[in-house]
Amino acid sequence: MKIGVLALQGDFSEHISMLKNLGVEAIEVRLPKHLDGLDGLIIPGGESTTIGKLAVTYGLMDPLKQFGKSHAIWGTCAGAIFLSKDASSDQPLLGLMDIKVQRNAFGRQVDSFETDLEIDELMKITGTEHAYHAVFIRAPLIESVHGNARVLSALEDGRIVAAQEGHLLATSFHPELTDDARFHQYFLSLAG
Amino acid sequence: MESKTGTWTEKKGLAQMLKGGVIMDVVNAEQARIAEEAGACAVMALERVPADIRADGGVARMSDPDMILKIMDAVSIPVMAKCRIGHFVEAQILESLGVDYIDESEVLTPADEEHHILKHNFKVPFVCGCRNIGEALRRIGEGAAMIRTKGEAGTGDVVEAVRHARSVLGSIRQLQGMCEEELMTFAKNNGAPYELIKETKELGRMPVVNFAAGGVATPADAALMMQLGVDGVFVGSGIFKSGDPARRAAAIVKSVTFYQDASVLAEVSRNLGEAMVGRNVSQMPENEKMAGRGW
Repeated sequence: MKIGVLALQGDFSEHISMLKNLGVEAIEVRLPKHLDGLDGLIIPGGESTTIGKLAVTYGLMDPLKQFGKSHAIWGTCAGAIFLSKDASSDQPLLGLMDIKVQRNAFGRQVDSFETDLEIDELMKITGTEHAYHAVFIRAPLIESVHGNARVLSALEDGRIVAAQEGHLLATSFHPELTDDARFHQYFLSLAG
Repeated sequence: MESKTGTWTEKKGLAQMLKGGVIMDVVNAEQARIAEEAGACAVMALERVPADIRADGGVARMSDPDMILKIMDAVSIPVMAKCRIGHFVEAQILESLGVDYIDESEVLTPADEEHHILKHNFKVPFVCGCRNIGEALRRIGEGAAMIRTKGEAGTGDVVEAVRHARSVLGSIRQLQGMCEEELMTFAKNNGAPYELIKETKELGRMPVVNFAAGGVATPADAALMMQLGVDGVFVGSGIFKSGDPARRAAAIVKSVTFYQDASVLAEVSRNLGEAMVGRNVSQMPENEKMAGRGW
């Protein structure tokens, strides 16, 4: 399996290390031609405005939308914003997932937090029983899911932090900043 | 489930999100919006860019909180602000404003000529400057969650940024070839905490994100620093002291993403207008240099 990581800006090298540790071939994607032959794509954390502007300038918007119709894409944090249909702000979005997100919904950096999440599906697919420790950094919130999108995980107060729509995945948090590879395994199960 | 804030993972993590990006100095909300529009991954809010601090002389302090708050309101990207070396009360004030990162910076006039701020005492993360591996790891030992090589701010001369990046990255390469017994001596000779020397050797890189700063003025300068091996670039006076800031800012953003692609670098370098005038560091008197501030 060969997975690309969008490498316009952000923590793409953390995703690549995670994938390589799982024995998967991983490459950096900066131009449309880099999508050829990939089984899936990860859009990393970073600044969604920076990533969006560069994607527009280098002609990636349409190729990414086409790619997402038939391939797995996972967006973490900024990537989740980029995948959404609605981010309540004027910035380029792929609009592949029927979710509405709110940027910086938890506040500024001093409000960034770590917490444990119970994610049934993740535990089922990976055959594990322990909670998932999630790292949120100036994180977006998934305000609502529509159409075929569904909630994968929410905080105890019901706020949505992970969603899935077929082979598309969005998380508010950063599995690439932890040693827990279960989310990457879960994504590979969608790509494979 | 209990959540934790202000953890080391959180502090280091925000810097990881900034990688492959450009952090730009801005002095008001309008410049902040231009920077965001150009694709900056964060802005540094300060009253005067280093070139003006040099020109004006006098004591350079933390900026007016009102101006920092206006910049925080104007953009959605992270906002950083500078405090003086050792001035932990300026840092407390910046933390209470809610800035996303504090730069304990040699560009401002130091408040303490022996001690830096104990940055572990804060929830907000800090970035600090360094000239070599020892200085970098001392700052990390005090709690800095991000490092930038100092260069010589406000000059538009990249030579010091190159010197400092080569020093830090060269030392990391040197560590790779050392056996365990050699590490304590290396730590002693470089004035660096032993545990962090060990960690750096194991990781094969700095334990936190490492940007370049101080003298970057063109897309080629930015790509040079990236090819040398830093994670991203700060641009201070280089943007808003140039002829066409919006265009130059966007070009530098592209040059950091496509730092290995000379055809893109050629394209973005075209017709950028005047670069900042610049000052040749080799002809600058020692007492005008800022990089020597830091202990």
